[in-house]
Amino acid sequence: MKRTPTVGEILRAKGVSRRGFLKYCATTASLLALPPAMIPRIARAIENARRPSVIWLSFQECTGCTESLTRSASPTVEGLIFDAISLDYHHTLQAASGEQAEAARHAAMEENDGGYLVLVDGSIPTGNPGFSTIAGISNRDMLMDTVKGAAAVVAIGSCAAFGGIPGANPNPTGAVSVSELVKDKPVVNVPGCPPIAMVMTAVLTQFLTFGQLPELDKFGRPLAFFGKTIHDRCYRRPFYEQGKFAESFDDEGAKAGWCLYKLGCKGPTTYNACATVKWNSGTSFPIESGHPCLGCSEPGFWDKGGFYQPLSTGHFGSGAKLAGAAAAGVALGVAAAAAGRRRQAKITKEA
Amino acid sequence: MDLLEFARGPALQIAAYVLVAGTIWRLVAIILLKEKPEFSEPRGPGGLGAALKVIYTRAFTAPVFKKATLYPKILGYVMHVGLFATVFLFVPHIVFFQGFLGFDWPGLPNSAIFVTGVVTVGTAIALLVRRMTSPVLKLISNFDDYFSWLVTVLPLVTGLLIPIRFGIRYETLLAVHILSVALLFIWLPFGKLGHTFLVFITRGTTGMAFERRGAKT
Repeated sequence: MKRTPTVGEILRAKGVSRRGFLKYCATTASLLALPPAMIPRIARAIENARRPSVIWLSFQECTGCTESLTRSASPTVEGLIFDAISLDYHHTLQAASGEQAEAARHAAMEENDGGYLVLVDGSIPTGNPGFSTIAGISNRDMLMDTVKGAAAVVAIGSCAAFGGIPGANPNPTGAVSVSELVKDKPVVNVPGCPPIAMVMTAVLTQFLTFGQLPELDKFGRPLAFFGKTIHDRCYRRPFYEQGKFAESFDDEGAKAGWCLYKLGCKGPTTYNACATVKWNSGTSFPIESGHPCLGCSEPGFWDKGGFYQPLSTGHFGSGAKLAGAAAAGVALGVAAAAAGRRRQAKITKEA
Repeated sequence: MDLLEFARGPALQIAAYVLVAGTIWRLVAIILLKEKPEFSEPRGPGGLGAALKVIYTRAFTAPVFKKATLYPKILGYVMHVGLFATVFLFVPHIVFFQGFLGFDWPGLPNSAIFVTGVVTVGTAIALLVRRMTSPVLKLISNFDDYFSWLVTVLPLVTGLLIPIRFGIRYETLLAVHILSVALLFIWLPFGKLGHTFLVFITRGTTGMAFERRGAKT
């Protein structure tokens, strides 16, 4: 029987140094809020782990989540960890197509029954099955068939986690998230549009290391990454406290790096690790690049009002409705005054 | 729809409709009331000047009551100035007003607003204690007084809790804060908080009546 290489062997073969590998393990431990004593255990577990079988299903999506992982500026340990897993099925990345591709999926399911991971990006249409099909199979049927023998399911990106753009009002395809369909398997949501590559691999690393999934918040997101708001960890927070805000994208406040709250930043209500883990090999994150947080890792973020509408702005409905309320007030006032006048007249008459 | 969406959306909308309709209802009903007939010869014109004079003079305590009312008067002023500052000079609130007014104005740093909010809640509590311990005030107080106090203080307390958190999620606290403001909007036109828009109208009307009757104002 052919011996499957361990993850450690694969990383070494790809030229990852011991120092670089331990640095990755230390970062992962830190991100997962694990004590430093766990670093050797993570390193040992990753080194000795056999390549876990992963089936990646892409449904109603834009491939941005895959891009987030594969388009990193330079080969990273995170990227190589992904290389080290046995990615047995991925429409975008696999060479096989058609029947061969489907055969690979079925083979992976049979060989690793009960132990493989299913990663899903994209939402699942529940309207007409023909809205989105792969090899003639509807997305819903493929998902339900694939997760039957899975150890766990990871919903990658906001579409898979919460419905995303396809699920936004008016949701023409009846798009739903993975967790709305998969009820009998553990589902981890790693939302974001796209999600941070490091967060995706950290979830896999935890699974490799401890054989279990991370602690989740009420939306099924790993607490280690989604436990605090962007606002809490934002380097522009002191400006918020000082009441210094950029009023437009090119004013002096914006140039001075002041808080973007008035420009619609959703940092205070968005739970994600962008402000600490950052993007493009830790270069920056949207706020650092001068753009407000859109809140892309929160459920239904497309339907939560304008991206550039400040968070504290209320929705007062239409002006017509407020005018209607004012007209109703006038009518009630006139009626009340008429009743008062009748009462006054009666009292005067009696007097 | 989560709690924050509900608070920022339907709850605030309904509260705004009630606030607008209720305030106009109260104002129109009062303005259209028939004036009481004057049976005596007017001793003064009782015009706008008289109204403005009383609005000004009643801002201060008459010398004879100065000593007796100094404590509640100071508390009252501190509370009202504090309320004004926390509502109108906190930048996220200014952004809120800008959303429907279309213009904004300078605000204060959050730390200044936080201190002002704490002082305002403190004075509100002191005023409540006074109301509950003074035999006369206690006798003339009813549900309206206590409920109006509650709906005024709730937004302050919930607002102050937002930066402190106590382990509660930001959006939950923000939603509760907005809901408490919605409750204030709904109650404001109908209870004693109606003085927000009636105080100068009633004082002015009193001033005009007093001057017509020859009373010293």
